[in-house]
Amino acid sequence: MSYLQLRGVSKSFPRAGGGELQVLRDIDLEVGAGQFACVVGRSGAGKTTLVSLIAGLVEADRGEILLAGKPIQGPGPERGIVFQNYSLLPWMTVFENVYLSVDAVAPALSEKEKRERTGRYVELVNLKNAAGKRPRELSGGMRQRVAVARGLAMEPKVLLLDEPFSALDALTRATLQEELARIWMETKKTVVMITNDIDEAILLADYIYPITSGPLASGPGATLGAAIEVAAPRPRLRKQFSGGSEYHRLRKEMLRLLVNGRNGVKSASHFTEEEKYS
Amino acid sequence: MTKRIDFSVVILPMLGVGFVLLVWTILSATVARDLPSPVKTWHESRHYIFNPFFKDGEMNQGIARFALLSLFRVSKGFLLAILIGTPLGFLLGLSTKFNHAFDPVIQVLRPISPLAWLPLGLIIFQKSEPAAIFTIALCAMWPTVINTAVGVRSISPEYLNVGKVLKLSRAKMLRKIIVPAALPYVFTGYRLSLGLAWLVIVASEMLTGAPGVGGFLWQEYNSLVYSHIILSIISIGLIGFGLDRCMGVVERRFKSA
Repeated sequence: MSYLQLRGVSKSFPRAGGGELQVLRDIDLEVGAGQFACVVGRSGAGKTTLVSLIAGLVEADRGEILLAGKPIQGPGPERGIVFQNYSLLPWMTVFENVYLSVDAVAPALSEKEKRERTGRYVELVNLKNAAGKRPRELSGGMRQRVAVARGLAMEPKVLLLDEPFSALDALTRATLQEELARIWMETKKTVVMITNDIDEAILLADYIYPITSGPLASGPGATLGAAIEVAAPRPRLRKQFSGGSEYHRLRKEMLRLLVNGRNGVKSASHFTEEEKYS
Repeated sequence: MTKRIDFSVVILPMLGVGFVLLVWTILSATVARDLPSPVKTWHESRHYIFNPFFKDGEMNQGIARFALLSLFRVSKGFLLAILIGTPLGFLLGLSTKFNHAFDPVIQVLRPISPLAWLPLGLIIFQKSEPAAIFTIALCAMWPTVINTAVGVRSISPEYLNVGKVLKLSRAKMLRKIIVPAALPYVFTGYRLSLGLAWLVIVASEMLTGAPGVGGFLWQEYNSLVYSHIILSIISIGLIGFGLDRCMGVVERRFKSA
């Protein structure tokens, strides 16, 4: 039973010197209600374009995107998004940043109810003590928590996460991944997360979709590979889980899919990225 | 450490001032015999500085009185400038069509000197005071207009995307995202506009003969009291410097927010 559905979605952008750059080609994706889906791929594979399409910030050239059976129309709060670079409004405090989205999506609530709901989500991401601070006073990890709280406070049907932890150091990233797992268990949201980190995907996702592109002259023309199910039980504790054989099997499979890509061609420009994964 | 700071913020500026006074003295003693020397200027201006608030008639008042009259006139013109300039800037920044329609007009009006606007103001208003304020506003408005428009145009698309995802209404988008994001630019515009308004005051007072630092300057030129011209010039410079510093403080407050 798919809740969020992409059918044959393609997107090209006009190239600077004329012509078109095809970024995504015939993307099919089906995410069930309450599922955690991860799209994994290297930088420049069109991951952010994919999430912008689902968010409605970018329009697809071909294909359709359905949410609960209905085609999406432009951006809307039923598809909450956590941006890669946080996109917090620097002139507002943590509380005000979250309040803005509560106020926008639930105008019928009373002032008191809106403040309560805001407070609840600020607390959920463990930022109660920083509620009165402005984004520039916070560390990268705390900023990203605010962005997560803002996305959740919309109480969207689908939460989209665009490489939410890629700008963070490894330790902060690990903490936030575990926190996200906890929050997801508590809220049971439908989540689509974009990442370039295989371990992150295996730790968090129910299904992983590798996004791969070939070195085509007309652009990356990325497509989604078949879903890989991560059946491991939750909560997945990093220490135990990452030592297990299931984890290694998944990791190996992901590497094979991502490094070899669609065409099985090693392009020189991707060499360093591949090194990272091998 | 403190010794070094004293040297660069106290001693060196004093040396700079001393050098200018020296050149001034030499000039007044050699090539420009009509130019009053620093000492003579000081003697003839003392009365105006030590009794800054005396008033012996419309055109014979203490320097602080003249300064306040000018400041009052400038603030009226400046307020008018930002009241018109800020919304105009937002419209230019928000609407491409509006920008295409009015940008050429603005680019042509912008370089027009206050000396050209003033007669037009006198024709329209028939009185010197509103004409002066009209001139100040028209000349001082442009930095506010242009900076505001640039500020609105350079708002990061990330902030706008936040508003789009939340489907904020037009009014809320403006109030919660566009205005606060553009505010640092707007205040840079205000600082530059205030500087221009102060620059224009002298010209408009000279031409209208209104009491103020500029009017005083022109009257003393006609009465051949040249030292008072220098007194006026120095006052204008110091006040302008002070205004810029004050606006700079306000501007920084908004930059860091």
